[in-house]
Amino acid sequence: MNGLLNPAELDALRLSLAVAARSVAFSLPLAVLIAWVLTRTRFFGRMLLDAFVHLPLVLPPVAVGYTLLLLFGARGPIGGWLRAHFGIELAFTTAGAALATAVMTFPLLVRAIRLSLDNVDPGLEAAARTLGAGPVDRFFSVTLPLMLPGVLAGAVTAFAAGLGEFGAVITFAANIPGVTRTLPLALYTAMQSPHGDAMALHLAGLSFLLGLLGLLAAELLVRRVRRLVGR
Amino acid sequence: MLRISVLKRRADFTLQAAFAAPTPGVTALFGRSGSGKTTLVDIISGLLPPDEGEVRLGETLLTDTKQAVSVPVERRRIGYVFQDPRLFPHLSVEGNLRYGARRAAAATPVIVFDEVVSLLGLGALLQRRPQGLSGGEKQRVSLGRALLSQPQLLLLDEPLGSLDVARRQEVLPYLEALRDRLSIPMVYVSHEFEEVLRLATHLVLLDAGRVVAEGTVTEMSLRPELRSIVGPELAGSVVEGVVTAVNATAGIADVTVGSGTLRVSLRDAVPGTHLRLQLLARDVILATRAIDGLSVRNAVCGAIAEISADVENTVLVSVDIGGAIVLSRITRAALAALRLHTGQPVWALMKAVSLRGHAFRAPVRPESTRPEPPSRSPS
Repeated sequence: MNGLLNPAELDALRLSLAVAARSVAFSLPLAVLIAWVLTRTRFFGRMLLDAFVHLPLVLPPVAVGYTLLLLFGARGPIGGWLRAHFGIELAFTTAGAALATAVMTFPLLVRAIRLSLDNVDPGLEAAARTLGAGPVDRFFSVTLPLMLPGVLAGAVTAFAAGLGEFGAVITFAANIPGVTRTLPLALYTAMQSPHGDAMALHLAGLSFLLGLLGLLAAELLVRRVRRLVGR
Repeated sequence: MLRISVLKRRADFTLQAAFAAPTPGVTALFGRSGSGKTTLVDIISGLLPPDEGEVRLGETLLTDTKQAVSVPVERRRIGYVFQDPRLFPHLSVEGNLRYGARRAAAATPVIVFDEVVSLLGLGALLQRRPQGLSGGEKQRVSLGRALLSQPQLLLLDEPLGSLDVARRQEVLPYLEALRDRLSIPMVYVSHEFEEVLRLATHLVLLDAGRVVAEGTVTEMSLRPELRSIVGPELAGSVVEGVVTAVNATAGIADVTVGSGTLRVSLRDAVPGTHLRLQLLARDVILATRAIDGLSVRNAVCGAIAEISADVENTVLVSVDIGGAIVLSRITRAALAALRLHTGQPVWALMKAVSLRGHAFRAPVRPESTRPEPPSRSPS
C-alpha cells in the first residue's frame, strides 16, 4: 500500500478510519437506546424525537456543521462548558470531526437498529418476564442478542458512510492536515490544487473501494450473526 | 388456593370473572374461543393489568386495584406456557431450560434440572437449537423451562393448541406425569374436552367473559352449561370409579362406579387403579326391565332422578345408579312409549367399547382433598 499511496494520502486514510471508528463507537450505545425508545415506548413527543433523529438526512451537511459550531464551539454553550470543566476541545479537532460524523451517520444507525428491533417478537420478552427477568436483564439476555444482526449491520454501514463524511466535518472541524483532513477532505483539497489530479484519482478510487468493502462486510456479518443467533 | 375476581373491559367484550382454584391441583379454564380464557391467565400472570379486581395466591396478594398493588410479572414466580412455545432462538435447548432456573430466587431448587429433563424426555435434545425441533418437542422444552423457574403456580394457555392431533397425544402423557409427580398447582386453558377429562381436577366454565359454573369434572359434566360448550355430541356424564378386576385376554376391566359395576374395554389396567369414565348420553340405552340376549356388556339398575329437555325432539334422562349419575339421551317418542317418570327404576345399558376410560393413579398428595390424579390413559 505504501507504494501506491503517498504519505499525505496515507494520513488521510488513517484519519478517516480513526474518525469513523470513534464516531461509531460513541454513537452506537445511544443509537440502540433511541431505537429502543422509538420502537417500544409510547410517549408524547415521540414523533418529534423521531423527526429530530432523522434531521441530518435532510439538512444540508454544512448547516449541521454550522449548528455544531454554534453549540460546541469554544464559545458555544456546550463547547464552552466542556472546555471549562474538562478541558475538552471539539471544534477543529479530530474528536470534533468524529462528533460531526457521528451526528451525520446517526439516522443510518438508528434506522438499521429499529428494523432489527421490529423483528424481535415481544412475546419472547414477555416469556423472559415470566421466567423472572427484570427489564435490564431482559434487554441484555433476549432483546439485544436477537437484534445483534441489525446492530452490527448498522454499525458497519455507518462506519463506511462515516469514512466519507464531508460537509459537516469541514464546517465544524475545518480542513487541517493530519488532524481533520480525512479522505473526502484530502480529495477536495487535491482537486483544488493545480497538480493534484493523480492524487484526486487515487483518493476517489480508494473511497470507492472502502465503500464497497464496507457494504460487503456488513452483509456477510449479518448473515453470520443471524445464523449464530438462530434467526 | 388461587382466588381471582377481576373486571377487564375490551373494545369488543368485557371479562368479569371470579373463581377459586384449589391448590395443588389442575384447574381447567374451559370455554369456546373468545370466552376470555387467555385474558384471564394473562391477568393472573401479571402481563395484563385488570381494570378492577384482585388476584391472590395463597396468602400473597398479587394484584389489587383498590390498594394499587401489582407485583411485577418477573417477581410473581408464576410459570407460563404459551400456546406458541416462545423458545429463545439464540439459546440451545439447555440454555432455554436454564434461563428461568438461573433467575429463580430459591436457594435450593424444588424442581431439579435432571428430573425435569427425564420427566419430559429432553435428554437427547439438550444441545440442539430450538429451530430444529418438532412442535411437540418445542412445547416440551417450553414446559420444562417454565417448571425450572421454580414457579408456585403454572399457567398453561392451550399448550397443545398449536399441535396436530398426533403431537397432542405425544405431549398429553407428559402433562399427566407432571401433574402426578410434581405438586405444582396448574391453571390449564383449553377448549378441547378430552384434555380437561384427562388433566383437570377442578373445572371452571367460561362463556362470553363470565364464569358460568365451576366444580369437579363430575359435577360439571351434568351441567347444561358444559353441554352448551362441548355440543350435544359430547354430552354425557363423567363418573369416577376403581378397577376391581381385570381380564387381560379379553381386554375388559370391572370398574366399581357408585353401587354398580361397569365393564370397560381397557388394557393394562391394574386392580385398584382409579378411573375416570366418560359415558356419552347418546351411547346409553334405557330399559324398563332386565333384558337377555344382548351384546351389551353393562346393565346397571338405577332410578330416574331427572328428565330435562335436550336438543331438538330429545330429552336427557338422569339415572342415579347409587351415588353416580348416568345421562341418557332418548327421543320424546321413546319417553312417551316407555312412560318414563322421575323416581322410576330403570336399567341403563352401555356397551363396554363405548366407555372411554382414563386411568387415575391413587392419590399421593396429603393436601389433596380430591382423589383424582390420572397417570396413564389406555383407551
